[in-house]
Amino acid sequence: MTNRRVVITGVGVTAPGTPGVKSFWDLLTAGRTATRRISFFDPSPFRSQVAAEVDFDAELHGLSPQEIRRMDRAAQFAVVTARQAVEDSGLEFSSVDPDRVGVTIGSAVGATMGLDEEYRTVSDGGRLELVDHRYAVPHLYNYLAPSSFATEVAWAVGAEGPSTVVSTGCTSGLDAIGYATDVIREGSADVMVAGATDAPISPITVACFDAIKATTPRNDDPEHASRPFDASRNGFVLGEGAAVFVLEELESARARGAKVYAEVAGYATRSNAFHMTGLKPDGREMAEAIRVALAQARLNPEDIDYVNAHGSGTRQNDRHETAAFKRSLGEHAYRVPVSSIKSMVGHSLGAIGSIEVAASVLAMQHDVVPPTANLHTPDPECDLDYVPLVARDWRTDAVLSVGSGFGGFQSAVVLADPGLVRS
Amino acid sequence: MSVVVTGLGVAAPTGLGVDAYWANTLAGVGALDRISRFDPSGYPARLAGEIRDFVDEDHLPGRLLPQTDRMTRLALVAADWAFADAELTPSDLPDYDIGVITASHSGGFEFGQNELRALWSKGGQYVSAYQSFAWFYAVNSGQISIRNGLRGPSSVVVSDQAGGLDAVAQARRQIRNGTSVVLAGAVDASICPWGWVAQLTSGRLSEHDDPRRAYLPFDEDAAGHVPGEGGALLVLEDGAHAAARGARVYGEIAGHASTMDPAPGRDRAPTLQKAIQRALADAGAVADEIGVVFADAAAVPELDRAEAEAITKVFGPRGVPVTAPKTGTGRLYSGAAPLDLAAALLSLREGLIPPTVNTRPSERYELDLVTGEPRRAHPRAALVVARGHGGFNSAVVLRAPDPS
Repeated sequence: MTNRRVVITGVGVTAPGTPGVKSFWDLLTAGRTATRRISFFDPSPFRSQVAAEVDFDAELHGLSPQEIRRMDRAAQFAVVTARQAVEDSGLEFSSVDPDRVGVTIGSAVGATMGLDEEYRTVSDGGRLELVDHRYAVPHLYNYLAPSSFATEVAWAVGAEGPSTVVSTGCTSGLDAIGYATDVIREGSADVMVAGATDAPISPITVACFDAIKATTPRNDDPEHASRPFDASRNGFVLGEGAAVFVLEELESARARGAKVYAEVAGYATRSNAFHMTGLKPDGREMAEAIRVALAQARLNPEDIDYVNAHGSGTRQNDRHETAAFKRSLGEHAYRVPVSSIKSMVGHSLGAIGSIEVAASVLAMQHDVVPPTANLHTPDPECDLDYVPLVARDWRTDAVLSVGSGFGGFQSAVVLADPGLVRS
Repeated sequence: MSVVVTGLGVAAPTGLGVDAYWANTLAGVGALDRISRFDPSGYPARLAGEIRDFVDEDHLPGRLLPQTDRMTRLALVAADWAFADAELTPSDLPDYDIGVITASHSGGFEFGQNELRALWSKGGQYVSAYQSFAWFYAVNSGQISIRNGLRGPSSVVVSDQAGGLDAVAQARRQIRNGTSVVLAGAVDASICPWGWVAQLTSGRLSEHDDPRRAYLPFDEDAAGHVPGEGGALLVLEDGAHAAARGARVYGEIAGHASTMDPAPGRDRAPTLQKAIQRALADAGAVADEIGVVFADAAAVPELDRAEAEAITKVFGPRGVPVTAPKTGTGRLYSGAAPLDLAAALLSLREGLIPPTVNTRPSERYELDLVTGEPRRAHPRAALVVARGHGGFNSAVVLRAPDPS
């Protein structure tokens, strides 16, 4: 590996509630929640009926009628959010060799919403086993193969370098950033448009999480349904959205006088090789990912000012990651603020890792850490400082953001002020 | 540092296991046939490359069957074979020193189909508890890591039919970052009515009913491809690690590059040639060093032309032997390119280039396409090309092991 360093110079966010970076940050710092009763379809047949939905108007965000028609909602999020990030970066893409620009988009479940709808049609409501191709929409292949998300983003920004989708379940949003960082470090690109998207709020997703009781049945109080680390929590709240970044090689970013949000100073992923959905309580593999990411960043646990937790609001997760923080950060785990924005924007599966990185870089920009909403009575086994209810003014120069997902993937990203990292 | 291949696990329509696949590939055996998995008579395309001799229960414990799609079962077994071929027991390695990186094209689509049917015909409460992971794109890496205790860096890439090479490239990055061994490649399967209907909308499926006339890349009669199922997983290893344990080396992953074609309608050139040139540069290789090219072989005239142009611009007209043994298996989606890597490594080892079957090469492409009998040659390096719907291009350069 070379000594090339990678920084974030542009941020785009399409999160539950009103899309856009500012609305997202306002929501988080106010400790408000975007969880509500599902409005996309009648959720009453399902066990869990709440979700964090984006109030998204594709046309308002500049997509043409044909783009809207050929793209699943998750692809629409990705394109709109990537354009925001590019604009925010101030980078003139026309002045960069397109070959040196790549795209990495994370997504756990691809075009699941489009597939659900289209299956219903071609199977005539599930009646036909031999589904009828004459009723298929012409762009169904783009739903079949979620690599279309990378294509759409690349075509939207004019990238002709290495482009792919990274799909590692609920750590996709961190792993996509790690992947893009590696591509710049090895010299295969100078700029990567990287992030993640998911739009899973459809009957098939709701039904499958119902089946394993992973999502909360707290239907009578949707605004307070996502309760990570609270003793009363009983499952996660499904979300949707996207966050996309412009990643650049540090020297060229400096040379053009770019605004630098943070350096992607360390990244690692490990697997628990244990169970597709279960977690061992000891948090060993996540702790190892954290340890390696810190080592790569050449930072000590004490250098971390804020931990953006996976904090999904399932009992096994909250205990697993609390153990992982103690194992990897030692005594510092008790001193550093830890919070879960899933309490406010829900769990958007593959997208959330990138949305949490966006929250982390905004925390660095504003020196404010977002709270864990709805945390009134902590689970006695979760005994860290989870920043309950209220955002905190807090000098934040280095952040650890972690994720944990089905398939056993455990990932960690360390973001830091480039001046902090010893090169 | 070098990254080498020390084990191959193959599940292909033309053979389960490396030996059966290679023997049939050299013999020019074709496995394309009318679909048997469901009744295809109502669809405009009716042929596929199915794996017909794989019995789940012979290879996997019963408890895994209800929670796995067909592609995952094939992948789990290909992984077992790859480790056996490499004479490597994952648990012998230190903690976190071995991972798995696969590509996926469309996940466990048949599993997803069955659960969508349950949802819409009977109701949400009939959806399987396994639906939360059995269909998704990450499932093969997850299940392989669990079955083999792989706790190192693992991942999944999705770049349509180029993804298999991108997975291998990402595995190489992780090995260069310090992981000793990564299992990499892809195994895909989506031959089910729902997958079929979705694939039909690509407009690239052949509608011929004669298996010998249906998938004819670089032929005047090219009119689309025939899908297949399967793929390959490769044990990638740090060269020094392989040498220290006395492992047999098939070859080195010497170079890789990937590019994205510009959006249609923009006045810009396609980028496959650049991907090939960069993969060569990455390998520190000149074009003359490449003894054989395993082509993507789309069998859509404009795509064949684009690929032939890219190859002839780099190697000259008829400047290098080109082959596409996938004409015997059908296109295996993300599994196709890793299977080509396996075939290319076997070519390097045996000094034999397997033939492209059925195609009568059109003069217009100016390719030295290997057809008929396998060709005796002594390539020291090979190029494998893969493209995906939506502009993906990827290329890998393989080098034969140093004869000393």
